[in-house]
Amino acid sequence: MKLQEYTASAHNFEECMKCTICTAYCPVVPVNPRYPGPKQAGPDGERLRLKDPYFFNQALKYCLNCKRCEVVCPSGVKVADIIQSARMKYGNEQPRLRDRMLASTDFMGSLARPFAPLVNGVTGLGITKTVLDATFAIDRHRTFPKYSGRSFERWLKRRAKEQAKFDKQVAYFHGCYVNYNYPQLGKDFVKVMNALGIGVQLLDKEKCCGVALIANGMYKKATKNAEHNVGALQKAVDAGLTVLTTSSTCTMTMREEYPELLKVDNAGVRDSILLATRYIWQLLESGAATLKFKENYRARIAYHTPCHLERLGWGIFSTELLKMIPGVEFTMLDSNCCGISGTYGFKKENYEASQAIGKPLFDQIKSVNPDFVACDCETCKWQLEMSTGYTVKHPISILAEAIED
Amino acid sequence: MRFDTVIIGGGLSGLTAGISLQEAGRKVAIVSAGQNAMHFFSGNFEDIGPARDRVAALFAAAGVRTNAMDGLQLMPMGSFRPASLTLEDVTVFPDEHAAEKALIVNFTGFHDFYGTFIAEALEKAGATCRIRFVHLPEMEHLRLSPSEMRSVNIARAMDEHWEKVVGDIRILHKDEDLIILPQVFGLRDAAVLDKIRTALPARVAFVGTMPPSVPGIRTQMLLKRRFEVLGGTFLMGDEVTSAALHEGVVSSITTRNLDTARIFADHFILSSGGYFSKGLVTTPTQVIEPLFGLDIAFPENRNDWYDADFFAHQPYMDFGVKTDAELHAIKDGQPIQNLFAIGSVLGNTRKEDFGTAAGMAIRTAFAAADTIKGGNV
Ligand SMILES: Cc1cc2nc3c(=O)[nH]c(=O)nc-3n(C[C@H](O)[C@H](O)[C@H](O)COP(=O)(O)OP(=O)(O)OC[C@H]3O[C@@H](n4cnc5c(N)ncnc54)[C@H](O)[C@@H]3O)c2cc1C
Ligand code: SF4
Ligand code: SF4
Repeated sequence: MKLQEYTASAHNFEECMKCTICTAYCPVVPVNPRYPGPKQAGPDGERLRLKDPYFFNQALKYCLNCKRCEVVCPSGVKVADIIQSARMKYGNEQPRLRDRMLASTDFMGSLARPFAPLVNGVTGLGITKTVLDATFAIDRHRTFPKYSGRSFERWLKRRAKEQAKFDKQVAYFHGCYVNYNYPQLGKDFVKVMNALGIGVQLLDKEKCCGVALIANGMYKKATKNAEHNVGALQKAVDAGLTVLTTSSTCTMTMREEYPELLKVDNAGVRDSILLATRYIWQLLESGAATLKFKENYRARIAYHTPCHLERLGWGIFSTELLKMIPGVEFTMLDSNCCGISGTYGFKKENYEASQAIGKPLFDQIKSVNPDFVACDCETCKWQLEMSTGYTVKHPISILAEAIED
Repeated sequence: MRFDTVIIGGGLSGLTAGISLQEAGRKVAIVSAGQNAMHFFSGNFEDIGPARDRVAALFAAAGVRTNAMDGLQLMPMGSFRPASLTLEDVTVFPDEHAAEKALIVNFTGFHDFYGTFIAEALEKAGATCRIRFVHLPEMEHLRLSPSEMRSVNIARAMDEHWEKVVGDIRILHKDEDLIILPQVFGLRDAAVLDKIRTALPARVAFVGTMPPSVPGIRTQMLLKRRFEVLGGTFLMGDEVTSAALHEGVVSSITTRNLDTARIFADHFILSSGGYFSKGLVTTPTQVIEPLFGLDIAFPENRNDWYDADFFAHQPYMDFGVKTDAELHAIKDGQPIQNLFAIGSVLGNTRKEDFGTAAGMAIRTAFAAADTIKGGNV
């Protein structure tokens, strides 16, 4: 008898046993009284919404989509997926101009980049921040991510020949952040891969993974991007390439959100999308390659696991790599959301909640007092640097500085 | 990936074994599919028996303070249960005559704590009781969505506002010798319990609420942190999906998140819990241990699995994975040389040697860890 087959529900919502464990671990519940919490917003609410969409609650927009509820649920309920799907299906929030701006990471990037010094200067000004705050409700406390003058894509294209010389090749999904805001991470990645004897190629035109579009209710655009990316990824996979990333959120989005939320079939490429840390760790562990570390490298590192990496369950690859570096003194920080959650924390209405969510983490970092913090996520980096004053480095960048040149 | 020992399930049993091995310098990984029975914990480690002092020391090093004292615990439904080791939240009474007069205090709008049950029971034992409610404007926001007036959310508010509640209770208090409060204090730090006890003019008993259990969550967090501080690797929200078993030896496992990256180890411990945690699963005709397909004894006729009287002893609670004297798990009649089964996945199959409940979870964890440390596998 296979009863479950006929009663199986979307995102496992029938499996909920009402234990409220998810609500106990949701970072938004303690700081935002308007948010009903994962159990109520997820499986409980879904029951009502299935009866009558009237029961859809606009407050579901306060969900960070951090997925912590899914990580702790003893019954395997995909709580956050239920919530995000409900927003897609029943929500009629129209993204405001501000949300569109924040969500269009690639568009904003290509627009701002040629004028980078100007844009950085302007967005850094107190007066601009006040205008952004008043006009667009982007909180004035935020420091805008800087735009880089030259895109990573252009940098790597100039080195395409040199990269092609390596026998072994991988493709790199760099994401908007590396391309427009922080090409140095991409350069560090190329340095480490080359040291492992591997050349790096671009995909045939990647687009933004779409995570910020989903968060801001721009589902059509997100689905279009997903379809485009799956095509580009498929080309690389067909050419026998593994596709590496340095962003835990882009990875989680392309592997999990494409099929679960956007209903874009990624079966042909999913297993070939890997975080660079996982790929490198596996290479080193199997003995297929080695890295030579500087003898005098010393660093006291505190590691923060970003929410989406926790959901992927791949934090262990980053931490094992860092522990492998001679001269590293390693501290694991407690599991706690930093509060930024992509574009969420940039919005004026979320600023206070965002800082309150991250507070236990900020406090712990200050008490550990490391040389710097390590973390695989770009938006956590902004949040932690702004809120603690400590520098935050990506594990790949740490590897790059610890290996011999 | 390679570890000395891999533990499947991060509840009380898995964490106790993990900490014990990590303390001895072993390299341990715990894989846990989700949170566990500690989130329903009453604060009383039943049947702890001879392991009491040892586990109290292990907990103390993790920052979990306990009472190692024989007596009775007052339960949420007003009954008493024997106690020998409890979390510091629990007040242990020498006998059922807990008070002459008791003041039972609840929060307005909090439906997970039943003062009337407790009052009825205490009154039967000759006490007089008053039930009173306190109301804080600071908690008004919790009532916006009624489903969130929960123990954990109140506990968060209490971290900040406990002094106001104490002030209110002092006004309510007349001549009672016992003040009963729900267990909604000290989610992250139990220090507030002592502060409340000192600030109130009578003996204080914190009594369990409906889940989630605030003391249980705090204990779980502290034990997990201790395990990680000792260098252990905790894979939260991941699930062991298969195991490579060859000629009575387990060589490696796979997990949902790590898929092709297998985890190898010398020893494996199965602490995947009972039915609640899916360590044991039932079909209409069978009781199974889903990961290894270990041996379980149960009556053929399903009607013999349970007693129609809800409050009677339920036979299905006894079913569990078969083990040999040293807790090696048994499959097809043969012990697996490097796989130990501990905690609720055993059901009550080892009652004679290790007792039941949380005590059994801890005692079997120590026994397996000791065998592994001793090297006589
Ligand atoms: C609701 C409830 C309340 C209880 N209260 C008390 C009490 O107050 N006092 C008392 O003495 N006893 C109590 N007990 C008895 C309880 O069983 C023990 O106290 C003890 O907590 C059990 O611990 P455990 O580690 O064996 O299992 P659990 O706490 O159930 O933990 C098992 C863990 O294994 C994980 N898991 C399962 N399968 C896999 C897999 N394939 N891969 C990875 N992880 C997996 C689960 O997700 C879970 O986290 C209670 C039991 C229940 C069910
Ligand atoms: S943790 Fe899972 S089972 Fe428990 S209430 Fe939340 S969704 Fe339901
Ligand atoms: S995804 Fe995060 S913010 Fe949203 S309900 Fe789950 S835990 Fe809360």
